[in-house]
Amino acid sequence: MKLVGQQKPELLLTETHHMCPGCGEPLALRGYLEAIQELGLSQRAIAVAGIGCYTSFSMTTDVDLVQALHGRAPSVATGVKRMLPDSIVFTVQGDGDMVNEGLQEVLHTAARGEAVTCILLNNGVFGETGGHMTATSVIGQRTKNTLDGRDADYHGYPILIGDLLAQLQGAAYVARGSVHNAGAVARTKRMFKRAFQTQMDGGFSFVEVLTMCPTGWFIPTSEGPDYMSATLGEVHIMGELKVDGVVKSTDELHEENVRKAAEMEQALARGGIDT
Amino acid sequence: MSSTGMKLMEGSEAMAEASIAAGCKFFAGYPMTPFTELLEHFAKRLPEEGGVCINAESELEAAGMVWGALSTGARAATGSTGQGLSLMQETFSEITLAELPLVIFNMARGQQDYYQSTRGGGHGDYRHIVLAPMDIGEAVQLTQLAFHLADKWRNPVLVYGDYLIAHIQEAVDIARVDFDEPLPAKDWAVDGSLGGSGRSRLVSSLGFAKAGQPSPGIERHLRAMAEKFAAIEASEIRVETGGLDDAETVIVAFGSPGKFVRYVVAQLRAEGEKIGYVRPITLWPFPYETIAAAAEGAERVGVFELCAGQMIDDVRLGVLGRAPVTGIGGISTDGSGFGVGPLLDAELIRERVLALHRGAPLPPLPDNERML
Ligand code: SF4
Repeated sequence: MKLVGQQKPELLLTETHHMCPGCGEPLALRGYLEAIQELGLSQRAIAVAGIGCYTSFSMTTDVDLVQALHGRAPSVATGVKRMLPDSIVFTVQGDGDMVNEGLQEVLHTAARGEAVTCILLNNGVFGETGGHMTATSVIGQRTKNTLDGRDADYHGYPILIGDLLAQLQGAAYVARGSVHNAGAVARTKRMFKRAFQTQMDGGFSFVEVLTMCPTGWFIPTSEGPDYMSATLGEVHIMGELKVDGVVKSTDELHEENVRKAAEMEQALARGGIDT
Repeated sequence: MSSTGMKLMEGSEAMAEASIAAGCKFFAGYPMTPFTELLEHFAKRLPEEGGVCINAESELEAAGMVWGALSTGARAATGSTGQGLSLMQETFSEITLAELPLVIFNMARGQQDYYQSTRGGGHGDYRHIVLAPMDIGEAVQLTQLAFHLADKWRNPVLVYGDYLIAHIQEAVDIARVDFDEPLPAKDWAVDGSLGGSGRSRLVSSLGFAKAGQPSPGIERHLRAMAEKFAAIEASEIRVETGGLDDAETVIVAFGSPGKFVRYVVAQLRAEGEKIGYVRPITLWPFPYETIAAAAEGAERVGVFELCAGQMIDDVRLGVLGRAPVTGIGGISTDGSGFGVGPLLDAELIRERVLALHRGAPLPPLPDNERML
């Protein structure tokens, strides 16, 4: 039997990377690359990458790729898609890129109902600059420019971008996944597949993935997943926020998550998780 | 479309039609006077021709969208005026360093955006070819040349239009111009087809390549760009001159004012005055050597531009002390600040050229009476 870690996705040129130990971003990368391959879209996919730690994936991802500026990927993706309507176009952006610098771009692209998929790797921090507050950092989160924790009175409140996008009529599918445990990784991969399917049906889709950044959170690598579910995960609630145009409430998502956690316990007790 | 036949057309419409004749398939823009009509014509005509025009939610998005369209190998353009172009500069820099063949329409309010167009407000060691038509007929030609040069050099080309060119009408025939020069294949363009082959493409400004492919690295990439700019400087200068053989006074002007100056100089020469003119058609690369040669035998050089003085810096670099250089234009706008001011008038320009020629003080600038 091959371990998951030994299975390089076909659309990855090399396993070599320069991410920190414990980083969640490569898990998300694997998820969407496998989703593309399993849907048979490898020769139709075009990526548009933003600027962040994940920009290094631009060199190792074996799909055609346009490297965009910080914040601008959804507009660049729009131009690609309008010229090549049969392609599958997706952006890869971080929270600093999408929610800080480029908020209007993703909002307008969603509102326009552009048939692209925007992928957000959300770790609530500018990892690449060394751990600074972003628009998705949660209240109390310690960063290099919120040393005593993000204070709502002083720094304002985080933006729950998935929830915001779900409200837009032009957004057809909106989901928030995570990579803090195996069940979440599997669930997120299913979200990627639904998102790409939505794009093929002509709609805008969005998948946010909560990813660990132990370096930018200033915690030991092994504590990343638990820290994440206790902080970011409590504010940015995981689940499918909008499916077929129907928006789910936070309570519904909570309920669903409790049920899924119980299912996972049972699956683990049976000895495995079906991806 | 082979030719529209002779037709009375507004400049904005003519430039949009010329773009379509050149094979432009994508346009994105945000309304702003006097660029708005160009956007309107693209919005109406591109879909009819199988292309796409997006009414972008801001100039930032327009620039991003055209970046994406260019990455697929399509001929694509955007544009704006002053402030709108300022907003786009970050993306323009990056598109240049990614070597994408962008065409930009700067439908300028006056000539105060010469620095913005020729020096750019963006980051990095980059250059844009800048073409400055003097009227609609030339704008039709230069618009098509812009798409050609952009593909030839894989570099943005900016067409410097203005309020007058955008809004007046002229009879023009828009026929596709075939440039007798092969263009490089766009084998760099993304289409998704090479996914999973190990040879997928990367359109990037950063000098990176996909793992396993040769990568120049950022330093070599930027040096190669600098060499390209030097090659453009050596081969793409376009300039018109008149009456330089015996000129004691040389007047330099570009765009619509260049056409006024040409008319005034012809009039004065017919009256026996030894005056000549230089009209740069490419603002970058700038015709420094033509200016130098013109200044060699002249006693004085005047620069007529509708701003406080920007091109005059380039003229001085060309003249390099061979003759005194004087700005004889100035700031002149209509009451809104968007349009043509009273200084763009053959009689007034004639007075100023003659004043310089005779060593008399320049007449005061005419004031705009109309307040908004
Ligand atoms: S800084 Fe954070 S996001 Fe960046 S590679 Fe390290 S762990 Fe990952």
